Amino acid sequence: MPRAATTTDAFNAVAEPRRREILDALAQGERPVNDLVTLLDLAQPQVSKHLRVLREVGLVVSRDEGRQRVYRLNGRPLKTIYEWVSRYERTWNEKFAALDDVLDELKQKEKPNARKRR
Amino acid sequence: MPASAAKHRAVVTLPSDTQILIERPFDAPKHLVYKAWTTPELIKRWWNAKRGTVTVAEVDLRIGGTWRWVLMTDRGFEVAFHGEYREIVPNERLVFTEIFEPMPQAGSLNTLTFVEKDGHTMLTILTEHANKSNRDAHINSGMEAGMQDAMDLLEQVASSLTDN
Repeated sequence: MPRAATTTDAFNAVAEPRRREILDALAQGERPVNDLVTLLDLAQPQVSKHLRVLREVGLVVSRDEGRQRVYRLNGRPLKTIYEWVSRYERTWNEKFAALDDVLDELKQKEKPNARKRR
Repeated sequence: MPASAAKHRAVVTLPSDTQILIERPFDAPKHLVYKAWTTPELIKRWWNAKRGTVTVAEVDLRIGGTWRWVLMTDRGFEVAFHGEYREIVPNERLVFTEIFEPMPQAGSLNTLTFVEKDGHTMLTILTEHANKSNRDAHINSGMEAGMQDAMDLLEQVASSLTDN
């Protein structure tokens, strides 16, 4: 599959499933890179690449602990973008709720016809 | 009449900087969902989201044919969209351009797919813009609901101020 356009915000960053897995893992608490490598069963360079993307959009922050780099989740950018998109989502939810009613009626109308045809 | 509680939720994601993806299941076969998107009398009944009246629902369902849908909101402003059908696979797929009339330079290409499984239909709407700023403006317009939410919020804020 071709790669999507450059990831520039938190919402795009989480479109990638492995990055969502990383965020899920970090939601339980901070973890060193090696933990994530084991947990995700991914090569370390790949995990580091995903972490870099997440760090660039501010979804994770890191600190050095001895020789290890430990990552933790920062949900704030996601929340901001989620709130931004959810208003748009709400508009569509309202339209679709009305569409559900129309579809229920169409289904009812089709029932007697279906019987006639048989 | 209050809208019945929806059984399903739409999920909106942004797969890339220029796209918006909406996914929503329906408890109906795909030919009915398709019908509801392509039949003016039906469009008039759901596209208003119960926030106003659909005053225009023109559908010239052929390749190169145009569509134009207009909503007059309860608050008295008009929201109009139009576009052209580019690809038509009945009950399966519909591709059309869409222009929000106040922003004629920011047209998008929409691809609707209707996938049926066990009598239920998954509808996906992929909206593709020429660039990120148009895509963002599309979401920002949050359309008529956004405006209305803002007004409702303002009302709430105003009444909370008087209460105290």
